[in-house]
Amino acid sequence: MYVAVKGGEAAIDNAHRLLADRRRGDRAVPALTLDQIAGQLALAVDRVMAEGSLYDRRLAALAVKQARGDLIEAIFLLRAYRTTLARFGYSEPLDTGAMLVERRISACHKDLPGGQLLGPTFDYTHRLLDEGLDGDASVEAGKIRAGAAEKVVRVADILADEGLIEGDGLATGDGPGDINHTPVEFPLSRAMRLQSLSRGDEGFLLALGYSTQRGYARSHPFAGEIRIGEVEVEVFLPELGFAVPVGRVQVTECQMVNQFKGSAKVPPQFTRGYGLVFGQSERKAMAMALCDRALRAEELGEDIVAPPQDQEFVISHCDNVQATGFVEHLKLPHYVDFQAELGLVRRMRAEYEARDREVAPVREAAE
Amino acid sequence: MTSRTSTYNFAYLDEQTKRMIRRAILKAIAIPGYQVPFASREMPMPYGWGTGGVQVTASILGPRDVLKVIDQGADDTTNAVSVRKFFQRVAGVATTTKTGEATIIQTRHRIPEQPLREGQVLVYQVPIPEPLRFLEPRETETRKMHALEEYGLMHVKLYEDIARNGHIATTYAYPVKVEGRYVMDPSPTPKFDNPKMHRSEALQLFGAGREKRIYALPPHTDVVSLDFEDHPFEVQKFDRPCALCAAEGVYLDEVVLDDRGGRMFVCSDTDHCETRRADGHRGELAGDTT
Repeated sequence: MYVAVKGGEAAIDNAHRLLADRRRGDRAVPALTLDQIAGQLALAVDRVMAEGSLYDRRLAALAVKQARGDLIEAIFLLRAYRTTLARFGYSEPLDTGAMLVERRISACHKDLPGGQLLGPTFDYTHRLLDEGLDGDASVEAGKIRAGAAEKVVRVADILADEGLIEGDGLATGDGPGDINHTPVEFPLSRAMRLQSLSRGDEGFLLALGYSTQRGYARSHPFAGEIRIGEVEVEVFLPELGFAVPVGRVQVTECQMVNQFKGSAKVPPQFTRGYGLVFGQSERKAMAMALCDRALRAEELGEDIVAPPQDQEFVISHCDNVQATGFVEHLKLPHYVDFQAELGLVRRMRAEYEARDREVAPVREAAE
Repeated sequence: MTSRTSTYNFAYLDEQTKRMIRRAILKAIAIPGYQVPFASREMPMPYGWGTGGVQVTASILGPRDVLKVIDQGADDTTNAVSVRKFFQRVAGVATTTKTGEATIIQTRHRIPEQPLREGQVLVYQVPIPEPLRFLEPRETETRKMHALEEYGLMHVKLYEDIARNGHIATTYAYPVKVEGRYVMDPSPTPKFDNPKMHRSEALQLFGAGREKRIYALPPHTDVVSLDFEDHPFEVQKFDRPCALCAAEGVYLDEVVLDDRGGRMFVCSDTDHCETRRADGHRGELAGDTT
């Protein structure tokens, strides 16, 4: 006899217990510490901070561990925690020109003030598996060029001095906007778009950015500058009447220099695409800059011909927490609706067969 | 690195967020069927798993409320269990499976068979709040269409269904018109449940978390399913009663019994079915012990 399916509660508890067991894995192997994750899987932790939009390496490392290394799950954990935190206010705009750069390169100039600084990059490594990493061999300390702590002028500012590139744009009086506290209503301001892109899915933005290079809204980009390093975060305190530093964050900034534009009133000049991401995340910052430039199509009077230029398409689908939730919700039971479809298909098939029976004899007679 | 314990406000959301959501709800009630944008928060369950409904419930829940959570009409489906546990944990409210005892019922995909009464609130989890979305993917366009009451496209779609299939091929999330003004998505409930929305005594609230929209039907609101004079709206009919409680005129789930085509049909609304069996009703497969 059929017994109505019960025990969802016990099943869930047991599933979570098994998950905890699998997460821990072989008990003979020491458990990962958060310091190990934050220190040795730093780029995974950085991605989780960036797309989780919460700058906290310890919590991001915890999320990576809790998610068994599933980064989108870790991003979701961090976001869900972040949403419970009080909003104290907004920082002053970061001065990335004053960044203590650890890496800074420009593809536009052979050499420039401050120099090309490769920093800790995978570029130019040969992607040969290094069996030496299976173990704990001693690693010599990195070398840093003397004087690297000096302020390094931004490439975009060098071009802007000559008027060759459009300006940064001034902050508008009504603040930066806040994608967390205002419902999205299109069209979005560039500031709101940049906020969305900054925590958008790296893979999605990478693919969209790539598509612009392959001709879907081509924008002739040059990597004007990529810089990674720490910047000071300042908050304006009305009681004091001035801004005070509250800490430092590591960010990756990418300024794309794109095809020029001019008009009867404005002389020809390069345009910009901008990317800024928490932590060290160069691929993401570059992809973001390509997408930002593509999304400025309307502002710059370009024809909207490809998905990367379409705000609603890009911004509505770039959030991986939203995307994964909705795709994975298909796992939830849908049997009530399926039953409704089943009923209709059966009815339509019955009608089809009845019609067939009526038609068949006629056909025979005709033959 | 030190460990931290996190404490949460009653019903998880902070009071400022609840206030923002309540304002959206009030606006939604004032304009029945209109989708009010709200600053949806990340919740500790995934988008698409009821974050909109959970935010609405969290915002209206008080310590004396009695909460019922159903998914597919059942109290014991995994996601219903999960959402109910969430509110037990963060709000400590009383929960029930009895439709009549609940003050707030959060649902996914069904409306209880027992008619709701004044003072009850039915909270729907909504995946895609925009009834015109699959006809026009752009939000900027659909908002304009609602503003201008331009619903011709929807009627063309329903007409094309009839021309192609002989039927309106929409069996769930069947569009309705609210108070003769807004076309509204009733959430993916089977169209069987649409008539229950019409002039319901209960307040009906709809929360779409990922899409950041809230809409509402105040009690006694006219809710009419779209149709044509020569193809009037009709609900699904089952050609047999529930195999456990013998109920007729209710929505049934088809349960596959074996791999030889054996099927049984049972009430989708588990509370309704259990109550009927407790009252002595017996279906053909009910046995004696249940």
